[in-house]
Amino acid sequence: MAISETTLKDVMLMLIDEQNKKGGLLGKKLEPVVVDPASNWPLFAEKAKELIVKDKVAAVFGCWTSVSRKSVLPVFKEYNSILFYPVQYEGEESERNVFYTGAAPNQQAIPAVDYLMSEDGGAVKRWVLEGTDYVYPRTTNKILEAYLKAKGVKPEDIMINYTPFGFSDWQTEVTKIKAFGSAGKKTAVVSTINGDANVPFYKELGNQGIKATDIPVVAFSVGEEELAGLDAKPLVGHLAAWNYFESIDTPANKKFIEEWHAFTKKPSRTTNDPMEAHYIGFNMWVKAVEKAGTTDPDKVIDAMIGVGVPNLTGGIATMMPNHHITKPVYIGEIQGNGQFNVVWQTPGTVPGDAWSDYLPGSKDLISDWRKPMSCGNFNVKTGKCGG
Amino acid sequence: MVRAISISTRRALAALFALVALFSLCLTSLAFADALDDAFNKLFADKFSQTEQAIAGIATAAPPHGAEILNALGDGRLYLDPLNKRVIYKTTAGDALDAKTGAKVDGVEGLKKVRVNNGVRRALEAAVGALSVGNADPQKRIRAAHDLFNNPNPKALAVVDAQLAKEGDASAKAALEQARAAIVASTPDASAADATRAIAALTARGDEAAKNYINAISAKYKDLAIAGAAQSAVAAIDRSLLIWSLAQNGWYGISAASVLLLAAIGLAITFGVMGVINMAHGEMVMLGAYATYVVQMIVPPSMANWSVVLALPIAFLVSAAAGVVIERSVIRYLYTRPLETLLATWGVSLILQQAVRTLFGASNRQVYSPPFLSGAFHLGGLEITQNRLWIILLSGAVFAMLLFVLRATSFGLQMRAVTQNRRMASAMGISTVRVDMLAFALGSGVAGIAGVALSQIDNVSPNLGQGYIIDSFMVVVFGGVGNLWGAALGALTLGLANKILEPIIGAVQGQIVLLVFIILFIQKRPRGLFAQKGRAVES
Repeated sequence: MAISETTLKDVMLMLIDEQNKKGGLLGKKLEPVVVDPASNWPLFAEKAKELIVKDKVAAVFGCWTSVSRKSVLPVFKEYNSILFYPVQYEGEESERNVFYTGAAPNQQAIPAVDYLMSEDGGAVKRWVLEGTDYVYPRTTNKILEAYLKAKGVKPEDIMINYTPFGFSDWQTEVTKIKAFGSAGKKTAVVSTINGDANVPFYKELGNQGIKATDIPVVAFSVGEEELAGLDAKPLVGHLAAWNYFESIDTPANKKFIEEWHAFTKKPSRTTNDPMEAHYIGFNMWVKAVEKAGTTDPDKVIDAMIGVGVPNLTGGIATMMPNHHITKPVYIGEIQGNGQFNVVWQTPGTVPGDAWSDYLPGSKDLISDWRKPMSCGNFNVKTGKCGG
Repeated sequence: MVRAISISTRRALAALFALVALFSLCLTSLAFADALDDAFNKLFADKFSQTEQAIAGIATAAPPHGAEILNALGDGRLYLDPLNKRVIYKTTAGDALDAKTGAKVDGVEGLKKVRVNNGVRRALEAAVGALSVGNADPQKRIRAAHDLFNNPNPKALAVVDAQLAKEGDASAKAALEQARAAIVASTPDASAADATRAIAALTARGDEAAKNYINAISAKYKDLAIAGAAQSAVAAIDRSLLIWSLAQNGWYGISAASVLLLAAIGLAITFGVMGVINMAHGEMVMLGAYATYVVQMIVPPSMANWSVVLALPIAFLVSAAAGVVIERSVIRYLYTRPLETLLATWGVSLILQQAVRTLFGASNRQVYSPPFLSGAFHLGGLEITQNRLWIILLSGAVFAMLLFVLRATSFGLQMRAVTQNRRMASAMGISTVRVDMLAFALGSGVAGIAGVALSQIDNVSPNLGQGYIIDSFMVVVFGGVGNLWGAALGALTLGLANKILEPIIGAVQGQIVLLVFIILFIQKRPRGLFAQKGRAVES
């Protein structure tokens, strides 16, 4: 298990532990089962089958990256179980057996671009879309490109660039960004760079002297956890868009962080956005099971829609009929201590949109898992389920 | 009588003058206080756009501590006291002062910090730039000029001109002249003489930003002479930028090659000399990086800047020791079975990764970069980042040292003998077991040194080594097994090819092209660039 997944496993153990201290659920204690597919995509499917068939779990909280989620999908459909997916993803999916508690593109990428286009965000006119070469950055950038063009950005003012996984020699790429950004128009970088490639990327930015006041970088996969391995001082002012930041000052968040430190016995461990997604997802599942009076997947899936639980930032997260949830969007600037300072937020919560309105193939699709529609990809033009 | 009157009139006049002077002084100081109050009031709105206006207001009012107040705002040391309507700043020494009066106040507990975002930071750069153009320290003047160049403000033209008239420092003068040019480019009604002067200053600067300002100037003037000058200036800048960008790519290629060489050269020894396919080589690199982290944690703070240098021998010893343990406990039983060695060392690499993960945690560890390893400097149009420069030098030094060990020491002689013909060397009385062990220690130790270098550019995480193992094998196989020069030339070729391809076809495609090239190359020359010759090889 890599760093991000380990944190999520620990937070689930903590949530289950707390629920059991409150007397469990439906009079029974919850029992955690942990499996580690070691970032091996086919193994995800195998382990998922093991969990459902052998361990007979009531629900699965997990997966990391869309590839892993796609690989377990057939298993969850065949054995009719429930998966909670806590990571931000590219959208373009809505499955009956999956609840998406991470952000869809309209809950992260689009608001971030909106902020940068605004006066406060620097009125950005030129865009670099820099990503790691896999499905999430590719789809997100496709959506962003269409969105930017719809907003009147010219094609020559958009540069899209991909690098391999774990890329570490960013010299040429950063020089390219610098040259693109010195054309006299305010430029920003939208980064969908994944995991380990981020540290060398930010180090190179710092060394080549690109400050956030010159070319701000807004990232969708960089959180408190990733900044822990970095000297954040040269990065002050670069941005991240999330639905949760550890620095957000609410009573619920304070309590959560205290419990987290007590549970892990490490007062320095950070919290992050996917952890909040699991917190929300778990509480939703508990509420739905209480409502249904059983852990039977069919009944719980029906009971889930409309369930509302408090999130950690002072609002309410509600499960929508498309199996996505409502989330507030925050834009934070990196501080010298590796935390984020919120500079902008949406006025209320934003409902997750499974099918983007900016892609030609998906703008006519809607998803509603309530009866009688019960369809994840209903085409409003043709009036048919199935795309 | 008449004289007496005249004297008293004079006195009265003088008194009147004094009064007027005093009054006008009061007025200006009143106006100054008003402007400052206005600016401070805007801070209380707690909106970024208002804060930006407040900054401009403070800069125009230019109170005695103006620069300090603005710096405090940028560093998050400016606080608001809404109850008493006071703005308070903390000095770097930790004293709390009233921003208006400069009087000491009781601390800032419970007060709200003025919030800062990128827009506010930009406004600050421009304002602090204008305020510190006249600073006594030439370095600060140059920084101020750079800030003004990036955020030109037409109002700052007067201060820049005043400083230019008395500027004694040559580089400060050049920087100020460029700042002036940027200001002229952003002023709608600058004179033609100013425009010509600005174009000359910008041509001397010669980068993309300068080009934009020249274009902005030429767009404003119908004057043919100015348009012509602008055009030839842009053409000259474009030419020199093209040449420098080629040189820059070459430099990046060398830099990439130095990292490849550092990571691979240890493998060239273990793989080359002993024919052991050591899949745990990457983990030796990782151990070196963690050794750097541990050294950083235990050195006293006064030595913090030198902890990386101190880590070099320690990382070498740690990785060498780990290498010996692996060789003695696993590899020596498998010398004649390459496939089993591959699997066994793969297992060892997983064990090492998990051990480090258990010991240090899964999160990345932060290795401090001392000042001489961060930032960049310009060499003509080349931008050279310090950490990469030192890695190139380290790589060269390690290469030279290994060459020396192999060529000029008796251990090196024995090692070469074992490489060429193991049985004959053994028959001549060389303890091949000992040579194997020491060679493995040397190869692993050098990987540890690579880890120190990589801690400056990459993640210090348990899977650091995995990212380099494939590249390392590629270098060794391409260069020719068992040859240090081959490894060096292999690293250089691959590094340069990578960095030349990257800007043209992108990083992802570049890698694919390179891999295809190596596959084809190995088809043609299975033994790499520098093939070993002789009967021993054939057997």
